[in-house]
Amino acid sequence: MSQPNRLGQGGRIDRAHTLTFTFNGKRFQGHAGDTLASALLANGVDIVNRSFKYSRPRGIVAAGAEEPNAVVQLGSTEAGQVPNVRATQQALFDGLEARSTNGWPNVQRDMMSLVGKLGGKFMPPGFYYKTFMAPASLWMTYEKFIRKGAGMGRSPAENDPDIYDHLHQHCDVLVVGAGPAGLAAALAAASGGARVILVDEQEEVGGSLLDTRETLDGKPAHQWVAEAQQELAGMDNVVLLPRTTANGYHDHNFVTLHERRTEHLGETAPLLDGRRQVRSRMHRVRAGRVVLATGTHERPLVYANNDVPGNLVAGAVSTYIRRYGVIPGRRLVLSTSNDHAYRAALDWHELGKASGREVVAIADARANPDGELVEQARALGIRIITGSAVIEARGDTRVSGARVAKVDLEGFRVVGEIETLACDTIASSGGYSPVIHLASHTGGRPTWRDDLLAFVPTLVKGVSAAGGAQGITATAEVLADGVAAGRQAASDAGFEAASVCLPQVAARRDGVACALYQVPHEKATLRAPKQFVDLQNDVTAAGIELATREGFESIEHVKRYTAMGFGTDQGKLGNINGMAVAARCLGKSIPEVGTTVFRPNYTPVTFGAIVGRHCGELFDPERHTALHQWHLEQGAEFEEVGQWKRPWYFPQVRPGAANSERESMAEAVARECLAVREAVGILDASTLGKIDIQGPDAREFLGRVYTNKWAKLAPGRVRYGLMCKDDGMVFDDGTTSCLGENHFLMTTTTGGAAGVLEWLELWHQTEWPELQVYFTSVTDHWATMTITGPEARKLLAELSDIDLDREAFTFMDWREGCVANVPARVFRISFTGELAYEINVQANYARHVWEALFAHGEKYGLTPYGTETMHVLRAEKGFIIAGQETDGSVTPEDLGMQWCVGYDKPFSWIGQRALTRPDTSRTDRKQLVGLKPRDPKVVLEEGAQIILDPNHAIPMPMVGHVTSSYYSPTLDSGFALAVVKGGQQKMGETVYLPMADGQTHEADIVSPIFIDPKGERQNV
Amino acid sequence: MFHIYCPYCGELREEEEFHPRGQAHLARPADPEACTDEEWGDYLFFRDNPRGIHHELWVHSVGCRKFFNITRHTVSYEILETYKMGELPSFTAEHSRGNSTEAASRQAQVAQQAGVHV
Repeated sequence: MSQPNRLGQGGRIDRAHTLTFTFNGKRFQGHAGDTLASALLANGVDIVNRSFKYSRPRGIVAAGAEEPNAVVQLGSTEAGQVPNVRATQQALFDGLEARSTNGWPNVQRDMMSLVGKLGGKFMPPGFYYKTFMAPASLWMTYEKFIRKGAGMGRSPAENDPDIYDHLHQHCDVLVVGAGPAGLAAALAAASGGARVILVDEQEEVGGSLLDTRETLDGKPAHQWVAEAQQELAGMDNVVLLPRTTANGYHDHNFVTLHERRTEHLGETAPLLDGRRQVRSRMHRVRAGRVVLATGTHERPLVYANNDVPGNLVAGAVSTYIRRYGVIPGRRLVLSTSNDHAYRAALDWHELGKASGREVVAIADARANPDGELVEQARALGIRIITGSAVIEARGDTRVSGARVAKVDLEGFRVVGEIETLACDTIASSGGYSPVIHLASHTGGRPTWRDDLLAFVPTLVKGVSAAGGAQGITATAEVLADGVAAGRQAASDAGFEAASVCLPQVAARRDGVACALYQVPHEKATLRAPKQFVDLQNDVTAAGIELATREGFESIEHVKRYTAMGFGTDQGKLGNINGMAVAARCLGKSIPEVGTTVFRPNYTPVTFGAIVGRHCGELFDPERHTALHQWHLEQGAEFEEVGQWKRPWYFPQVRPGAANSERESMAEAVARECLAVREAVGILDASTLGKIDIQGPDAREFLGRVYTNKWAKLAPGRVRYGLMCKDDGMVFDDGTTSCLGENHFLMTTTTGGAAGVLEWLELWHQTEWPELQVYFTSVTDHWATMTITGPEARKLLAELSDIDLDREAFTFMDWREGCVANVPARVFRISFTGELAYEINVQANYARHVWEALFAHGEKYGLTPYGTETMHVLRAEKGFIIAGQETDGSVTPEDLGMQWCVGYDKPFSWIGQRALTRPDTSRTDRKQLVGLKPRDPKVVLEEGAQIILDPNHAIPMPMVGHVTSSYYSPTLDSGFALAVVKGGQQKMGETVYLPMADGQTHEADIVSPIFIDPKGERQNV
Repeated sequence: MFHIYCPYCGELREEEEFHPRGQAHLARPADPEACTDEEWGDYLFFRDNPRGIHHELWVHSVGCRKFFNITRHTVSYEILETYKMGELPSFTAEHSRGNSTEAASRQAQVAQQAGVHV
């Protein structure tokens, strides 16, 4: 298989090492050292994709990260699929399989291209918004087809077999980019002793030195690159990361680096010593100083049909010829505004002549170009057409000609005759844009420099730019600038400024470039053939002009309306040209139009690298109680409460079931509920937040953060309390026990534990530092086992030395003693309405005590229950759960809990003042009530909206919603808690709950306490 | 991601260790019951949103659990100083370059921790 465009010699590829790959199912060959793009060009593959919106055929345009068209899908297996890979950045490996991401039935013959050809005028910017706007309900349907048509690759449908790492790094100086400026900066900084990280996104370091015509110290530039690389590799204080992209520059010199370790070897990471290698690493670097040596991106010119395959950026032509030994055509026309681009023609002429390649002409927009490279071209006999530019490319699936004309840059018009030159390749250059993406990530707006015709970065503290990144392009100056930047960064970081011996580079005299972005056409922009500004998003000069005519004057609005610079492209090639078009249309200068903001990531980063090892079991930590193993052994189903795993219910084998079938959740919960109401149940309540509070002012502090009174709570007693924010809204509740005059134990909700502790610290540290009080989280220190039910006292009496007499150990008392021979605190508090003891023991005794309770409990019918039963039992008693009955807009009064509010406490406690605000004292606030469905079989939906009149026209006025709803086996009926406007005054009234399926449920407003309203059962 | 100097620990730590708690120097009125509804509403709900220097309350939530204040520039996100509860900022909207030797000493402390010369 021949590679028709491969040169016989030259380039940094290994011709002895041939690799086979497939593209769109066809087999090709390339060499080690190729990128997928250079190998495709070597094989004469013109069309690599179809465009995003118009389905026009597209070829390779650039040679690096800025490539807009050659975005391909990789992968021979489902699990190995990788979308959005730039062929220009993918090293070729043997067996690589790639496909175009767009094009149906294939890229060569694409049905959608009819749209692009015929429909160009019918698809202006905003086409989709305008056409598919009505009816709005169908947008979702349209969108599916539009997305399918758009095609930007797909993610794999199988799990990724690869592993990814995160590394946290610190360094004194981070140098981004290892071209001449970056290498020099790294050498300078490292020689002074600074710890340096040097990263470069390409397969090899060296940047522009890998394809330059210049010599360093009279030797090919790549030799100096190799020497510099070797010197850096020998330094202990340098980490050199090739194939690593600095994708995001975040606050305070935090930079994320994505290192691709195996993507040049295969589609999944190969094994090493039988173990899978890490595919990529995300380095999270906190750098003392950052040097941006990111170089430039060359701007193509915007002329008609500039998207036909065979149109390339001039510098890319040189890169393919000199670095990869690939000449991407036979007959070249160059259109340029500057001297530097001449090297494309010189390289084509010098290295392609032997294989019959020809430079047809150079169209130079300047009237009198006279730089050194221009003179070299003249000397070689290359035709130079001055004051001219390529105004239009001819051709369909490949360039067949270039229309060249004299252009009046000031008047933006074509003057004189138009000459058509036969050619198959057009290289263009409109100048060089410093790569300012990273500098923009931190919010720095770039500054326009008229002398450079480019934006240069505006830098925040701790960062500098070197070389091309700040508009310096001559190699000798770039090297010197790199050294200066490296020395300054190291010295800023506290290191000696060392000297670096730089190679000699011959100075070159370049002529002045002219400002050319969009090339005028003999027809007005809106009627001329398409002149593409952003090839990836199919944004044309006409589209931008139309946007400005429709009133989009801000460049940020133009961007969003036309999609210029969107997506994975991030405006690398097109942004400045787009601004120039907008500026021309608006009669402004480019700096007046301003620039849009570049955002991370610079190039796409695979999700695997972002996630690292934080997936599967390591996605989020799990918290287990000391009794977790027992719950597992009993076959409990679990519920996640924050990070805790709590038993939800304990399904038993159905009595008499032949195939050991287990109970349903409803059956298990009904059994567990009845066990508590009729015998005794046990709950693992260890997850409740526990805060130990000590200090002479502890009591005063409690009085300020709780709504109720704490002044007289005696040691040995327990009290329930509500906590509000200062806006008067309930945010947590729990019991607090007096352990000693200056010592209390507070419990919080499971989910609220950390938040409540921070809340207490906030008030203590910021408002009342004069109070002597200390808070310690003891949640994990204690295991809490609640035994509850009429038989609870008899059971505990068998195991404890505490006097359980109902007069000696009354409701809301706590006692210290032994349970199962283990020191314990026992609290007589109840969340079920039944007689209950909460036994607290040191966590590592939990299983011993728990099993002792079961050893004695069998005869009493001791039944383990989970959170679902806990919820049913507490709701039957009208006990709230903070975060379920409350949502940050519910006051203690809304809950009917005035009994828990100390209105006459001396200190204005947190939330008190807000209760008399007009809004909180309204009588029509949503208030907590019970709901009894008319049909006892109905269990209302939690969150269901409540209305008063089912015949009211839609929209119906909603007066409240259901907060908790369950089936009660004790009542043999559904029941619910709800908040209803003015509900406390509506007892006995009927409300309605319309459901999504068209049914409307009827329910009566009742007291929220459904069982034992006098509270006698907990005092048996 | 911010790099925050905890004035209690005396170390620069990653933002992941901290929680922001909103605007700093909000004193709860000494006698809430004496406040008008409007005054109480201002205290509860109204916050500054300056472009430029902003004083913020943060807590070293998975470190020393201490609350402290940060002076931060809301455009550049630069943290100009951090200071303990009860202390006053040396960088303010009126004195954006710092109005005391305290400012220099606070910045020098952070720089020393970072091993960076300013």
